[in-house]
Amino acid sequence: MPHPWITRMTKTPGSLREAAGLVERREVSPVELTRACLDRIAAGNADLHAFITVMEERALAVAARAERSIAAGTYRGPLHGIPVSVKDLVDVAGTPTTAGSRVPPRMPAHDAPVVANLLRAGAVIIGKTNLHEFALGTTSDETAFGAVRNPHDRTRSAGGSSSGAAVALLEGMCYGSVGTDTGGSIRIPAAACGITGLKPTLGEIASDGVVPLSSTLDHVGPMARTVEDTALMFHAMLDGEPRLDRLSAEAVGPLWLGVPAPYFFDKLDDEVVRLFGEARAALERAGHTIGDLAIAHAERTADVYLHIVLPEAAWYHGPLLEQHADKYSPGVRLRLEMGRYILSEDYLRAMHARAALRRAVDHALEGLDALLLPALPIGAPVLGEASVSIGSAREPVRATMLRLTQLFNVTGHPAIAIPCGLGRDGLPRAIQLVGHRGGTERLLAVAATVERQIIAGAGSVGGGTG
Amino acid sequence: MDIAAWLARATADADVRGLPDLKPLLDTLARATQALRDADAEFRHPAGEHADAAPLDHPHDQDAG
Repeated sequence: MPHPWITRMTKTPGSLREAAGLVERREVSPVELTRACLDRIAAGNADLHAFITVMEERALAVAARAERSIAAGTYRGPLHGIPVSVKDLVDVAGTPTTAGSRVPPRMPAHDAPVVANLLRAGAVIIGKTNLHEFALGTTSDETAFGAVRNPHDRTRSAGGSSSGAAVALLEGMCYGSVGTDTGGSIRIPAAACGITGLKPTLGEIASDGVVPLSSTLDHVGPMARTVEDTALMFHAMLDGEPRLDRLSAEAVGPLWLGVPAPYFFDKLDDEVVRLFGEARAALERAGHTIGDLAIAHAERTADVYLHIVLPEAAWYHGPLLEQHADKYSPGVRLRLEMGRYILSEDYLRAMHARAALRRAVDHALEGLDALLLPALPIGAPVLGEASVSIGSAREPVRATMLRLTQLFNVTGHPAIAIPCGLGRDGLPRAIQLVGHRGGTERLLAVAATVERQIIAGAGSVGGGTG
Repeated sequence: MDIAAWLARATADADVRGLPDLKPLLDTLARATQALRDADAEFRHPAGEHADAAPLDHPHDQDAG
């Protein structure tokens, strides 16, 4: 007969993998882990606004079932009994999907497939996280549930739109999160908060059961504290079968990386330049080869993106705008209204350009393991600020935050943001790796190697659990 | 429809709908749309394959029959 749980938890595990190991060895129970996360939420959420819905009763019931199942000898894998969160843009049966809005929520009867996969892997859904309203923004100060505050500096944004997820991870409120990314909404908050966020290849993880922003550009992906944890979440979300050996199965030797300098390096704050340079130097010292290159048409990205995302968002929101215009945040409403004026001719023009951009990124990646660039041009901006200083210039916050990520939504290439250290302002900075389309597994393996080199080269990075 | 005519109609419509705050956003959008149209040749707009095609930056300025 399997032995019962042998110890009580004395220290909060720092990573999903560590927590999973403790659960598998029955040194920490899923109920203890879940209670610890609920305690963190209770202590911090009133100020940080990371969660919209906390599913305490349901989470504890699922954790108790996991505990009994594992004690009986049925261990389903590294997500079994692990508390995770879901962005409140994604359907979880029986809980409202608010999308961060005062617009009446969806009341789903069924789980989104990505949630069903997590549950099949044994995960404990602990709650639904806050976001920039309807995922149409990068600062998360336009939400009906309170601006999401950055734990590194509570006067600053946690990024967006998957900001609540990033804060929840940073603060030890969960061990993995489901995010969505239409222009950078996983990678931007990951960079702003100092955690890891993966946008897989377009369409790899089903977006059914997710409130759409742009049917062409929406991606669903995982967020976690490390690349390894992100890989575990990715596989759980993909098919419900996370295993440690799925990451290590991808052998990685000396890497060939390309840095796309033109356009992407035109507007970066000094600390991004410094910390990216240190990360690059650490990788080169470790024997990896890094060259500079250019991506054709990259400077057209924002124009192409705008003419796809806005009309597609306006199509979904049209009926809601007719009925509930006054319930949207004013800025979100105006951006959606803008999409109603884009001509079909220009939408199709942007879709045509999208194909050329995809070929350009494919071409840039030829012979390389990945592209290497910063994930966010600035540290987390002050909440409510519409512009930010870069050098002597003032730049618009939203366009600046999207600048390094949105191309890879347009093209569908997988991309991951990894912390590369804290700036002198105490705010995290992050690098981004971009892989081949269909090569998310390989990208994760490359990212794990890069993460190790950055940590070795610059000391500990990223956020702890507090 | 050329950009100036489009912007005039969109701005008038925003006024009629009581959305004056939309006007600066439409100005920004007009600049982005013009930039996108200006890139037709760069992105090899397929109309460019016709020897007698209208200039690629305004392929539909004249109403087609």
